[in-house]
Amino acid sequence: MDWLFFFEISLAGLGTGGLYALTGLAFVLIYKATRVINLAIGELLMLGAYLFFGFAAGLALPHWMAILLTLLLAAVVGGGVERLFIRPMLGESPISVFMLTIGLGSILIGVVELIWGPNPQRLPEFLPTTPLFLGEAYLSSKIAAAFAAAAVMVVAFVLVFRFWRGGVALRATASDQAAAYSMGINVPQVFSLAWVVACVIAAAAGMLVGAIGGIAPTMGVFGLSVLVVVIVGGLDSVFGALVAGLLIGLLEALAGAYLGGEYKLLATFSLLVVVLMLRPYGLFGTHEIERL
Amino acid sequence: MTAAARTLERLGEPATVLAVNNVEVVYNHTVQVLRGLSLQVAEGSVVALLGSNGAGKTTTLKAISGLLALENGAITAGDVQFDGASVRGRAPHALVRGGLFHVMEGRRIFEDLTVEENLVAATYAGGAGRDFDLVYEYFPRLAERRRALAGYLSGGEQQMLAIGRALVAAPRIILLDEPSLGLSPMLTEEIFTIIARINAERGTSMLLVEQNAAMAFAVSSYAYIMETGRIVIDGPVERLMRDQDVREFYLGMGEEGAARSYRDVKHYKRRKRWLS
Ligand SMILES: Nc1ncnc2c1ncn2[C@@H]1O[C@H](COP(=O)(O)OP(=O)(O)OP(=O)(O)O)[C@@H](O)[C@H]1O
Ligand SMILES: [Mg+2]
Repeated sequence: MDWLFFFEISLAGLGTGGLYALTGLAFVLIYKATRVINLAIGELLMLGAYLFFGFAAGLALPHWMAILLTLLLAAVVGGGVERLFIRPMLGESPISVFMLTIGLGSILIGVVELIWGPNPQRLPEFLPTTPLFLGEAYLSSKIAAAFAAAAVMVVAFVLVFRFWRGGVALRATASDQAAAYSMGINVPQVFSLAWVVACVIAAAAGMLVGAIGGIAPTMGVFGLSVLVVVIVGGLDSVFGALVAGLLIGLLEALAGAYLGGEYKLLATFSLLVVVLMLRPYGLFGTHEIERL
Repeated sequence: MTAAARTLERLGEPATVLAVNNVEVVYNHTVQVLRGLSLQVAEGSVVALLGSNGAGKTTTLKAISGLLALENGAITAGDVQFDGASVRGRAPHALVRGGLFHVMEGRRIFEDLTVEENLVAATYAGGAGRDFDLVYEYFPRLAERRRALAGYLSGGEQQMLAIGRALVAAPRIILLDEPSLGLSPMLTEEIFTIIARINAERGTSMLLVEQNAAMAFAVSSYAYIMETGRIVIDGPVERLMRDQDVREFYLGMGEEGAARSYRDVKHYKRRKRWLS
C-alpha cells in the first residue's frame, strides 16, 4: 500500500470535511434553536459565494472588503429570511416549514441565475496557491487555508456558544422554549440570532468552497453532503456536526480515490444507513437525559 | 411601583401587586377553562391557589405570565393587572423583566445545561446580575453541583434549581406552580421552609399553586380554592383552616388538631411526622 498517497488523500478529505463541519454547524444552529430543518443551507452557501463574486469580481473591490461585505449581507439575508418567511410559520407543522425552506432554496437559485447567469465561474483567487508539503505529502494550499479558516471559525463559534451569555440563551431556548420565555429570554430574538449567525457561517463556507472548486448556481448540492453529515452527527449536536463532517469528508475522499468517484455517494449513504440503524438520533443526537 | 400603589403604602395598607379580575380563558378558540376568575395578591404576601386536578390552576398562572399564548390560549374577557398595569398584549419575556417570575409546573429546568448555566439563563430576567451567592446560600446543595448537568440532579435538587432561578431574577412576585410535585414529604418540607424564608427575608410576593393544601396553608396568609375555572372559596388562611368544608375536602381531616402542626414550618423547624 502506498502510504504517502493514502496520507495525501486523507489530508484532502479532512480539508473538505472541515467545510462540511462548518456548514453542518450552520445547519445545527438553526435546527437547535428553532427546530427548523433548513434544506436551503446549500443554497445559502451558494449565495455567499456569489455575493463575494459580485463584490470582488463584479465591483472589483479589494478582497478583504468583499469578504466583509459578503458576511454583512449574509447576516441581513439571514435576519430577513427569519423575519419574513420563518417567523410567520411559527406553530405551523414542521413539514410546512421544511417545504418552505426547499422553496427558499429554489428562489435563491433563481435569483442568482437571474443576476449572474447559469454558467460556472471562477472566484478571484484570495487563498494562497503555492503548493504545500507536509513532510513528503503534497497538500493543496487552498485546501489547507480553507481548512484553517474553517477551524478558526469553528473554534470561535464553540467558545462563544459555551461561554457567552447569548450562547446560554440559545441553548436554553433549544432545550425548552416555554421555560426560556419564563426566564425573560427574548425567544424570537434568539431565533433571529440563530438565522443570522448560521447564514454568516454558510456564506463564509461558500466563499471557501467556491475558492477551491469554482462557483455555479448548482453548487448548493454541497448541502446534500452536509445533510448527510448532520443526520449522521445528530441534528441537534454541534459536536456531532464537527465529528461527522470530518468523518464524511475523509470517507468520501478515500472512497473516491480507491473505489472510484461513483462510489463516493454509495459510501456516505451506506454510513448513513448503518449509523441510523445503530443510533436513530445520529452519533451524538439528543436522547433525553436519563437520571441515574 | 405606581403612584397609586405608593400612596396606598403610605396609608399603611399593603398595595396589590397582582390583581386578576373576572378572567376568562379559552384554548384553541374552543375550550373554555377559566370562567370569570378573580384573585388578588397583596404586596409582600404569600397567597395560595388550591384546587383539584384540571381545575385550571396552571392555566391561571399562565394567563398571568403570558405563557398562555405559547399554547394557543387567550384571555377572552377580564383583565390581569400586575403592578397596576394590564399584562394583556405584553410578551412573556417582557413581563419577566418587569418583575413577574413564573416557576412552571414540573420545574422545567434546562436539562442539558449545567446548574450554573441554568442560573445564567435566569439573568435575562434582569435581576442582580451574575452573583449567585444568594442562591447557593439558600441551597448549599446546588453549590456543590454547580458544574453538573442539571438533568442529572435529583427531583428535589431540580426544584431547588427552579426556585434558585427565581432568586437570580429577584422579581416582585413569584408564581409557583406545585413546588411539591413528586417530592418526598421531607423534601417538600425543606422546599416550603425556604419558600417561607424567601418571602420573609426578601419580601417577595408569591402566588402559590398547590395540591398539598396543608403545606400551602402553612406558608400562606390568604388562600383561594378553585373548581372548574372559578373561585369557590376564599379567605384568610386562619379562617379557612377552621372551615368545616375546607377541612374535610381539602385538608382531608374531620377532627381538630391535625393541620395545625404545619404552621410550624414557618419557624423553619423540621418535623418528623407527616400527615395527608
Ligand atoms: N394547552 C391546552 N389546550 C387545551 N386545553 C388545555 C390546555 N392546557 C390545559 N388544558 C385544559 O384546561 C383544564 C385545566 O388545566 P390546568 O393545567 O390549568 O389544570 P390544573 O388545575 O393546573 O391541574 P393539575 O393540578 O393537574 O396541574 C384541563 O381540563 C386541561 O385539559
Ligand atoms: Mg397544573
